[in-house]
Amino acid sequence: MTPTNRPVFLNLFLIRQPVTAVVSILHRLSGVLLILLVPLLLYTFDHSLKSEAGFAEVMQLLQSTPMKLLGLLLVWALAHHLLAGVRFLLLDMHLGVDKPAARRNAWLVHLGAIAIVVLVAGSLF
Amino acid sequence: MSWRASSGLRSWLFQRLSAAYILLFLLYALGSWINATTINYPAWRAWVAHPVINIALLMFVFALLLHMWVGGRDIAMDYLKPLLLRYVALIGFAVSLLAMAFLSMRILFTVTGP
Repeated sequence: MTPTNRPVFLNLFLIRQPVTAVVSILHRLSGVLLILLVPLLLYTFDHSLKSEAGFAEVMQLLQSTPMKLLGLLLVWALAHHLLAGVRFLLLDMHLGVDKPAARRNAWLVHLGAIAIVVLVAGSLF
Repeated sequence: MSWRASSGLRSWLFQRLSAAYILLFLLYALGSWINATTINYPAWRAWVAHPVINIALLMFVFALLLHMWVGGRDIAMDYLKPLLLRYVALIGFAVSLLAMAFLSMRILFTVTGP
């Protein structure tokens, strides 16, 4: 095929994305967030096991408001990544592939993640 | 299909298998923590040091690191086009994951009972 000079429009931010695309890109974004948080979580885990004082410090930290907010971000990232991941697993098994079903279960992922964040926030604050 | 010709298939499989174990372990851990009656340092150590929990926890960490590697590698391959940048990022990422694996072993193997 001879190369053409046809214009290409691929500005993802200007194209209206379907809900399924949003779920997918947030799955990737939440994954990156979780990758960045794992070293921090590992350090906190270690610190809580090293000494009685370390354990007390971690429990104290978990009660502070900025940490609770960071915790909620972590909960959203985990909830969305997990629910979107389960949706992908179902798609792998050819479940929920047709467009109306795919749109519906994409909305379920969004709402499910938000519901989990609200539940956890309710018990934290 | 040889493994060489299907490295994508192997990554896909490891990502799904590690995800399944992560999910199961998280559900179990969250269940234990929510239903815990005493929350203090000795109880925490006892839980982590319990022989079955200790190994299941270490397997969780390995599953998580493997899952992170597959995902992170996908991201590097999608977004980092200059080869040097991609190699540096992937090698740095792999080394940190290895370090975290050994650190986790150290943490989990040095926790003794209460």
